Amino acid sequence: METRPDSGVTPRIDSRQDRRTVVSWLLGGGVAASLASFFYPVIRFVNPPAVSEASVNEVDAGKVQDLKPNSGKIVKFGNKPALLVRINDTEWKAFSAVCTHLNCTVQYRESRHDIWCACHNGTYNLNGQVVSGPPPRPLEELAVQIRGDEVVISRRA
Amino acid sequence: MTERTNLPATESKNKTLDWLDERTGWRMVRDLADHKVVPIHAGTAWYYFGGITLFLLGIQVITGVLLLLYYRPTVAEAFDSVRFIMTRVQFGWLIRSIHSWSANLLILAAFVHMFSVVFTHAYQRPRELTWLTGIALLGLMLGFGFSGYLLPWNQISYFATKVGTDMAASVPIAGPAIAQFLRGGEDVGAATLTRFFAFHVMILPLITFGLVGLHLLLVQFHGMSTPSGVSPSQLAQMKFFPNFFLRELVIWYGVLAVLGTLAAIFPWELGQKADPFASAPAGIRPEWYFLAEFYTLKLIPSHVWFFEGELLGLLGFGLLAAGWVALPFWATSRDGEHRARLVTGAGVFLICYLATFTILGYLK
Amino acid sequence: MRAPAIIFLLYWSLSGGAPSAPAADSCMTCHSAMEEGAKGPATLIKNDVHFAHGLSCADCHGGDRTSDDPTIAMSKPKGFKGKPARTAIPKFCASCHSNPDIMRKFAPGERVDQYELYRTSVHGKRLAAGDTNVATCIDCHSVHDIRAVKDSMSPVYPLHVAETCSRCHSDKQKMAPYKIPTDQFEEYRSSVHWEAMSKRGDLSAPTCASCHGNHGAKPPEVESVAAVCGTCHVTFEELYEKSVHKAVFSGAGGGGGCIVCHSNHGIHQPSTAMLVGPHAVCSECHDAGTAPAQTAAQMGAWIDALDRALRQSDTVLAHAEESGMEVSEAQMRVTDGREDLVKARLALHAMDPGEMRKPIDAGMAIATETLGAGQAALRERDYRRMGLAVSVILIGIAILAIRFLIRRIESNGNREIRGPQQGPL
Repeated sequence: METRPDSGVTPRIDSRQDRRTVVSWLLGGGVAASLASFFYPVIRFVNPPAVSEASVNEVDAGKVQDLKPNSGKIVKFGNKPALLVRINDTEWKAFSAVCTHLNCTVQYRESRHDIWCACHNGTYNLNGQVVSGPPPRPLEELAVQIRGDEVVISRRA
Repeated sequence: MTERTNLPATESKNKTLDWLDERTGWRMVRDLADHKVVPIHAGTAWYYFGGITLFLLGIQVITGVLLLLYYRPTVAEAFDSVRFIMTRVQFGWLIRSIHSWSANLLILAAFVHMFSVVFTHAYQRPRELTWLTGIALLGLMLGFGFSGYLLPWNQISYFATKVGTDMAASVPIAGPAIAQFLRGGEDVGAATLTRFFAFHVMILPLITFGLVGLHLLLVQFHGMSTPSGVSPSQLAQMKFFPNFFLRELVIWYGVLAVLGTLAAIFPWELGQKADPFASAPAGIRPEWYFLAEFYTLKLIPSHVWFFEGELLGLLGFGLLAAGWVALPFWATSRDGEHRARLVTGAGVFLICYLATFTILGYLK
Repeated sequence: MRAPAIIFLLYWSLSGGAPSAPAADSCMTCHSAMEEGAKGPATLIKNDVHFAHGLSCADCHGGDRTSDDPTIAMSKPKGFKGKPARTAIPKFCASCHSNPDIMRKFAPGERVDQYELYRTSVHGKRLAAGDTNVATCIDCHSVHDIRAVKDSMSPVYPLHVAETCSRCHSDKQKMAPYKIPTDQFEEYRSSVHWEAMSKRGDLSAPTCASCHGNHGAKPPEVESVAAVCGTCHVTFEELYEKSVHKAVFSGAGGGGGCIVCHSNHGIHQPSTAMLVGPHAVCSECHDAGTAPAQTAAQMGAWIDALDRALRQSDTVLAHAEESGMEVSEAQMRVTDGREDLVKARLALHAMDPGEMRKPIDAGMAIATETLGAGQAALRERDYRRMGLAVSVILIGIAILAIRFLIRRIESNGNREIRGPQQGPL
């Protein structure tokens, strides 16, 4: 701020200068705030979120020892259930566990080595194909990989 | 540039600016910009629309680059990545909705800008090239709209692209080749997505930046146009910097407010993941900027005389487009007489046609 | 019964499909040239599955097809049997259809015990006693234009079975002497099973023959009703068998298992209105205020509560979705809750509240979770709108500030320049 020569200026000119200052601050503040309100979302945007994967393509289904041969278990795959079946010591299969009839969750039947839906008695074989009952379509098959002693279920390419 | 002698260091900040000026010559640009003026008359408000279009293009580039940080251009992941942006990424919903809304506003602004040029007759000599680059840019914006629309890979966009590329295929002689080039194959599929992504993110932007640069350069070269028969010397002028530009900033802020409101209150929908084996959703139609042509083609009977209806329609559009591109050249007769009324009439006709058929396309 | 028909159709289609007429068939030639009545069979047979296999008139009726002289063609020495009496029809058809050596030539997988079954049926027994009003083979399968069961125009195609049975069983005059009610077809047409078959196209849904048998048609015994229903509704039967109702409903006068509550032909979509309320079936045996009645009310209340809770979640989530929030994950979770509701309704058949607790609790947990998600989404929406309002205000302030700046710069009238300037260059 420049020093004013002391020449008995009227208060009116003073207040105009003050008004200009106020306006300057308002201008700077308003523009700055508005720019901040644009930059804030952008900066938050470029920071990756906690869950960094867009869609579930792969899920850890536990350890090899956890599942006995000729048994199955339900595993969460994204937000849908998946059925992991261990057929014998070395063969594994996985399917979407959503029954294609009315979306109940299917289960593995050890006695018959098949997949069964308790709601309306739909039966699928270990290829996911419908054997009997009302389901209109086969179960979607998923890929199983054994990495060391980890079982990993993923979508088929 | 004359060699600079040591200037007295009156204020410290000038030293840095001097250093820069010696090396970049920025003061020359500033002096040129300082000379830019905008004529003041009844139609001055229309001058804003070029800037609005440019501003929205800038918004698209920024939001587009941000989306590029998370979008995945494959059939398996595209839809899920957009859903991810909408639901998981901080303010992803905002960036994505702004990008989608701004795309529409950009095309609307481009049309308004073009029609304002038509009605103020700013296409006349010597500004024919400005007109041509402008029309090319409009085409590019439509190309951006078409290619970007497919990227979320939902039902509507998949089938709209099918319909659109089918229409391209009906162009005589070159049609099937054009459709193959667009689709990257026989059908709309993974190859199409990859291609459209390349168009949208690299090819079209490169061409656009070049043409925008040329367009702006030409505008600076010729200066702002004035109403017919009025020479610039007869008009009061406003300095571009800072007077006109500050007003432009006000308008740009207003546009931002509109965009933010649209994004927050009417967020862009996600839709359902594209399923090529499902039947097309009922009432499938392209986005509004293609709707007029689409609806016109629907109305033409399948055979007119011995010509195939669709063929006739596309030929008609082709002729119309060619005529429109060549506007500056037929707007002035051999004797130099400016056919203002003809052009204004053509402009009004085109607006009425586009508006009517777009509305009809929505209602039907 | 379907597998043999499939094999039969395969054979039929592989053999060229079109009916292959045997060479120079005098029966066909003469009868085709006749008036209505005698002409009928010759026209109808073109659609017959036997004809498609090269069999024609003489193969069933006997006689000599090579002779143009009717007195020879239709003579007893030539084996002509003529039109069989109604009581003889089943045996007539069985002469081939019960003979494995013959059937193996055309449809090796097809059953050959239809006649044996028929004889055990109500129809068969009455026919043997001389009653010609009962159904014989041709009443259901038609005659001369007999189509395979898999043929959608066949009267015994699953969609048509009920209609075929109702031709007699809905006829009051016909059924009067046997004192059989005639409302079954009408009831069945109002049932969920018919809806499943006709509207949803589920051909595996039950029709008359599914529960009564087709050739050996007889209503199931009281104690076997649950087993019959249980062929499809497996888990319900399992639970019912362990429940207190089994002993009560399976005895003589017990009413017959499932049909006591669900009816036999007019089976409708069940609801908690069956448990409690003015139309409750429980109250037909259990007086109000007794322990069983209270259990029924309790179970009904639980199911209704879970249903209401899930609906509420649905509403809130739909509201959030309409406001533009992404809630598809929570909405998918609600379907998990619906599955628990299905399981709760299933558990009901054990008539034991303990069985029901688990799915009810699981379902309620999901309902609470998804309701929370929906409300969080609505809060997020409000937060966004608040943010929008703030930034619009800030933009407004910025705009005002710029306008002040403009006014200040131009306060000395230095907006306008007059002069010949055109462009900066």
